[in-house]
Amino acid sequence: MDIYLLEAIINGILLGGVLALLALGLNLIFGVIDVVWIAYADLVMCGMYLIYYLNAELGWPLLLACAVAIAWVAALGVLVHVLIIAPILGSAPINQLLATGGLLFFLQSFATLLFGTDFRNIGVRLPIIELGGIYISSARLLAFAVAGAGATALYFFLRRTFVGTAIRAIAQDRDIVGLMGVDQRQIYLVTSAIGGALAGLASCLLTLQYDVHPFIGNTFGPLLFMICVLGGLGDMIGGFVAAFVMSQIIAIGAYYFSTELAYVFAFTFFIVLMFVRPRGVFAR
Amino acid sequence: MTAQHLAIAALALALVVLPHFVPPYFMHLLIQILLWGFVYTSWSIMGRFGFVSLGHGAFMGVGAYVPALLWNYAGLTPWIGIPIGIGFAVLLALIVGYPCFRLKVVGHYFALVTLALSQVVMLSIVAARDVTGGSLGFTPKAVGHSWFALQFPEKVYFYGISLVLWFGGLAVWYWIDRGIGREALDAISEDEEAAASIGINVIREKLRVTLISAALTALGGAIYGQYMMYLNPETVSGIAVSLQIVFAAIVGGAYAALGPTVGALLTISLNEGLRVAFGTNFIGAANTIYGILLVLFIIFMPRGIVGTIQNAIKGRRPGKVAFYSAIRGAPSPPTDSRPIGS
Repeated sequence: MDIYLLEAIINGILLGGVLALLALGLNLIFGVIDVVWIAYADLVMCGMYLIYYLNAELGWPLLLACAVAIAWVAALGVLVHVLIIAPILGSAPINQLLATGGLLFFLQSFATLLFGTDFRNIGVRLPIIELGGIYISSARLLAFAVAGAGATALYFFLRRTFVGTAIRAIAQDRDIVGLMGVDQRQIYLVTSAIGGALAGLASCLLTLQYDVHPFIGNTFGPLLFMICVLGGLGDMIGGFVAAFVMSQIIAIGAYYFSTELAYVFAFTFFIVLMFVRPRGVFAR
Repeated sequence: MTAQHLAIAALALALVVLPHFVPPYFMHLLIQILLWGFVYTSWSIMGRFGFVSLGHGAFMGVGAYVPALLWNYAGLTPWIGIPIGIGFAVLLALIVGYPCFRLKVVGHYFALVTLALSQVVMLSIVAARDVTGGSLGFTPKAVGHSWFALQFPEKVYFYGISLVLWFGGLAVWYWIDRGIGREALDAISEDEEAAASIGINVIREKLRVTLISAALTALGGAIYGQYMMYLNPETVSGIAVSLQIVFAAIVGGAYAALGPTVGALLTISLNEGLRVAFGTNFIGAANTIYGILLVLFIIFMPRGIVGTIQNAIKGRRPGKVAFYSAIRGAPSPPTDSRPIGS
């Protein structure tokens, strides 16, 4: 097998890790609150800017900056729910999608206002590892490992704790859960915070690989929604698998053609699959 | 002759006389407002029935790029190129729309499928950079004043063209509003299953407004390209344009005939006003305020400016009506989209 193709496939798997982490967060929110946060990728952007500001401008240690960023994006997630979603929880779901679309405009423009449109980075570049002729970015390897750890932690949280069980129960039947003595509003807040924290974790991992700019959310945001829909909105395992499928299409497509064409393939694949399985590939 | 007719006649007269008095800069703004108003109206033709498409950037991109490419590479006049572009856009709408409606891809899913479509078109334009210039954009060959090339350095010509286009868009809006399909579409937007059960051909009705909407959007994109004489994948296609279209229509009022035009008027004046007020020091200020307004509008005024005013005039409380009623049988909006007084 072509060694460069192998390299592309491995990089695709590593890229899939971060996407899978974000897909988990988005699917968790959708499954529990029944809302698509169109601005989810832009919350990641907020985290990346905070890390940049704390680390590069104020000189904080990177790990501390990352920890603060996770807390900050988690807080943003709660704010999004309280300020935008909660007031219109009763109206049609598409309204909620559009309201977070307004948030997307706001976040991108506000970031432009604060930082301009320059590409900025924290100046930390992790080394490239060579393994039998294959070059792997250690930043991506780290991102993959951390994303995997994050997903595992989320799994145990959902399986082993009371709040986690309540979250899963709401996703299954939101009306009955109230009768079981679970406060729905509280669970919504916790879910929004976890969704935000996952975006914050992703922002830490992406900061090591990419420059931050106000529109970075547009580069992977649409892909993220496609992944979630492909796996079945709200289906966390489906989204996890779909993240790797999509990242492989992009990695291999980019290897043979170009990045843009790879995305065109991925989106076209998504549209076609939606016609084959309208409720997601892994829908039961 | 009612007061309403007089008002329309006065408005028409004002719009025709206007170019003799305003400086070129305001002329440019007027043309932009009319062209975007036309595009937003085109979206609302289907959007008002709850078919929320985030794919109109795709139709606009195809409509803009096809005639420009044909002109530069084949010397084909836009008079033929534009209909070809519209044809492609309608074909695209058919390819994506038919399976969507057939398989009942609605709500979130429809929004996201069409979102993917607008990204496919934008990224295809970028990927074909040898032909289209990619992200650097594309400039049609300029030949000066020419009816054959549909190029006019004098703004007044494009003012006339966009005025006609805008009136045409409103005419189509009223044609559908008064047409026999209107009741069927209302029924579909409330409950697809129920509509189908009383013998409405759901797929055909939905497809009809979708194709009309896509065709008009492509036409708007084509004229926009001819006027600006520069195309960029980011400004005529993709997710950003799709969202711009949806939001301006909602802010103005997606249920009212003049709503989308008011949306265009508001967004363009806001943008220009803030740009003039702050200069270029505050890039993003306009859209920051716009973003906040959008969220507030969707929460507190889902019927938009024109819809809220109409409700107020009718003495109805402009309550929190669900913006789209298509999903889950939410309460349907009162059918007050007919103009006041009729």
